[in-house]
Amino acid sequence: MGRIKIIFWFLICLFGNHLWAGTITVCNSCEVKSIKKGIAVAADFDTILIKKGTYREFNIQVTKPLTIIGENYPVIDGEDKGEIMTIVSNNVTIDGLFIINVGTSYTADYAAIRVVQSENFLIQNVVLEKLFFGIYLEKSKNGKVYHNKIIGDAVDEYNSGNGIQLWYSQNIVVERNIVQHVRDGIYLEFSDNITIENNISSDNLRYGLHFMFSNDDIYKDNTFENNGAGVAVMFSKRIKMLGNTFKKNWGTTSFGVLLKEINDAELTGNTFEDNTVGISIEGSNRIIYSKNNFIRNGWAIKVRGACYTNTFIHNNFMYNSFDLAYNSNLNDNIFEENYWSGYTGYDLDRNGTGDIPYRPVKLFSYIVNRTPETIILLRSLFMDIIDFSEKVSPVFTLDELVDAKPLMKKIK
Amino acid sequence: MPLRLYQPTTIMIKILKYSFYDLMRSRWSYVYFLFYLLLGFVLLFLNNELSKAVITLMNVIIVLVPLIGIIFGVMYYYNSKEFTELLLAQPIKRSSIFLGQYFGVAGSLTVSLVLGLGIPFILYGLFQSNAIWDFSLLLITGAFLTLIFTAVAFNIALANENKIKGFGYAVLAWLFLAVIYDGLFLMSLIVFEDYPLDNLSLIATMFNPIDLSRTLILLKLDISALLGYTGAIFKQFFGTNLGLFMSIFMLFLWTIIPIWRLGYVSKRKDF
Repeated sequence: MGRIKIIFWFLICLFGNHLWAGTITVCNSCEVKSIKKGIAVAADFDTILIKKGTYREFNIQVTKPLTIIGENYPVIDGEDKGEIMTIVSNNVTIDGLFIINVGTSYTADYAAIRVVQSENFLIQNVVLEKLFFGIYLEKSKNGKVYHNKIIGDAVDEYNSGNGIQLWYSQNIVVERNIVQHVRDGIYLEFSDNITIENNISSDNLRYGLHFMFSNDDIYKDNTFENNGAGVAVMFSKRIKMLGNTFKKNWGTTSFGVLLKEINDAELTGNTFEDNTVGISIEGSNRIIYSKNNFIRNGWAIKVRGACYTNTFIHNNFMYNSFDLAYNSNLNDNIFEENYWSGYTGYDLDRNGTGDIPYRPVKLFSYIVNRTPETIILLRSLFMDIIDFSEKVSPVFTLDELVDAKPLMKKIK
Repeated sequence: MPLRLYQPTTIMIKILKYSFYDLMRSRWSYVYFLFYLLLGFVLLFLNNELSKAVITLMNVIIVLVPLIGIIFGVMYYYNSKEFTELLLAQPIKRSSIFLGQYFGVAGSLTVSLVLGLGIPFILYGLFQSNAIWDFSLLLITGAFLTLIFTAVAFNIALANENKIKGFGYAVLAWLFLAVIYDGLFLMSLIVFEDYPLDNLSLIATMFNPIDLSRTLILLKLDISALLGYTGAIFKQFFGTNLGLFMSIFMLFLWTIIPIWRLGYVSKRKDF
């Protein structure tokens, strides 16, 4: 027994620092009145507890592995002077702060919270308002951005920043955040193995989510609504997009998702509702689109060329003004077993798929591509007549672009 | 008994009432009513979904309502010609006679349309659905189209003593506005595609009541596609309430002008 006790005490002495790390309380009437001071006096792995109050500070450098917790959302007011918090150490946790007034600059990307070359960080329950950039992760790894609320007041693209930005970062989880009224809700550049989950990105000036040169990322169950142009995914490989909702992206250059130079991706179970264009595809190959719902979009899918070996299977196309616009003369893409609300065929052998193929590209969609003003003749009887004659004997539209097995009932 | 000039408006209402009840008793308005009733039920039965049924219905309303309005109007005018001549022999204002008959026909057609389509949709739970606004807009445009095309029909019939000619012109007028107009419209858009066309296309829409009602419905159903076009004028027209108000205002004009002309011509015509 005695020996075990000695070992136990020895262990406690060894790790004591870690197990009973000190707590430093910061408040307006405490001994430590500022967060900067708190960080200065703290030892590694200490907790800094910030009580309710307003702290007018900026350029706070977190240089030690600390846990910084706000009690009842203390306000950190940067007074528009510059960056507010910069994390340059591993193992930092930031929890429950209310950060406002980040400085705007045309030369530096000031952020409310910036993480630079650090690992194992956790940023959660933070509320950001009146910001330039929100949470900026730079060359960082293995972190988590969880349950934050970022509400900007961006008006113009040139002097506003992004909500959550990842730059050269890896293995990061971005989960349950709400981002509104910034330039790009979530922005990724050169970031691999990122999971973006359950976020709501809405009313942003440019994109709800913007993806560049980032591979092997997953985004699922997010909602992107009413953003300037929707979601742009560009120059990336092996992206998985699962169960997201893209809604109400209206405008001349607006879309639910733009896929540009994307290869080997997967889009499953997403919902595209009330967008001008559901998915706009350019130069993207080997993508599988399955079990997506396209509801009441202007164009469900717009294929702009150089898209090969894509598969569209088991999707629901419902009440879109146009199901598909296609401006290439070559088709190497497969449309099979989708449900099209515009399908007027029959199923005499009762096998669940229609007996005559469905042609998703209408002659009218071809005409509108050529002369956009003709959109005003949408749903005119004359258009129905020429669409019908084109359906009977295709002249202008691609003959082989058909869904040979259109489903009779929509996929649940 | 001394010859007495009656109050023109009461006479008009009397004739309106007579025409209305005459039509309500006649087979044709029942046929019309039953047709819409059946159409409504069949559409809902096949689609099983209100919003999809509304889209199909839109096509029907835009094509069939004008056709039925114009044919029925011409038919009624020629059928009741003897009665009209009898009335003309009385000291009654001419405009009262013709406007009374016109409102009788247009009114009964509108009632048949609204009830015939309204009943099935209400039974299928229209009030619980968010398609109610689309649907009411559809009925309003349907009513407008009935008023417009019946007025056009009366104008055509007044101008032609010959029944066959009158029917021919009526069908032609419908064919022109429903199909040919859009064909010419499309061709001119394609021929002049190098020029800015937004103004032209909006103005061309205003000159055709069928296109006008179509636009009104597009504003509800296809707004996401309409906003895909890059043009400031389109954007202003479709993106704001301007389009809705303009279309409704133009539909009003389209209703008032043929009715006014009906009164004007009937006063001067030599019977």
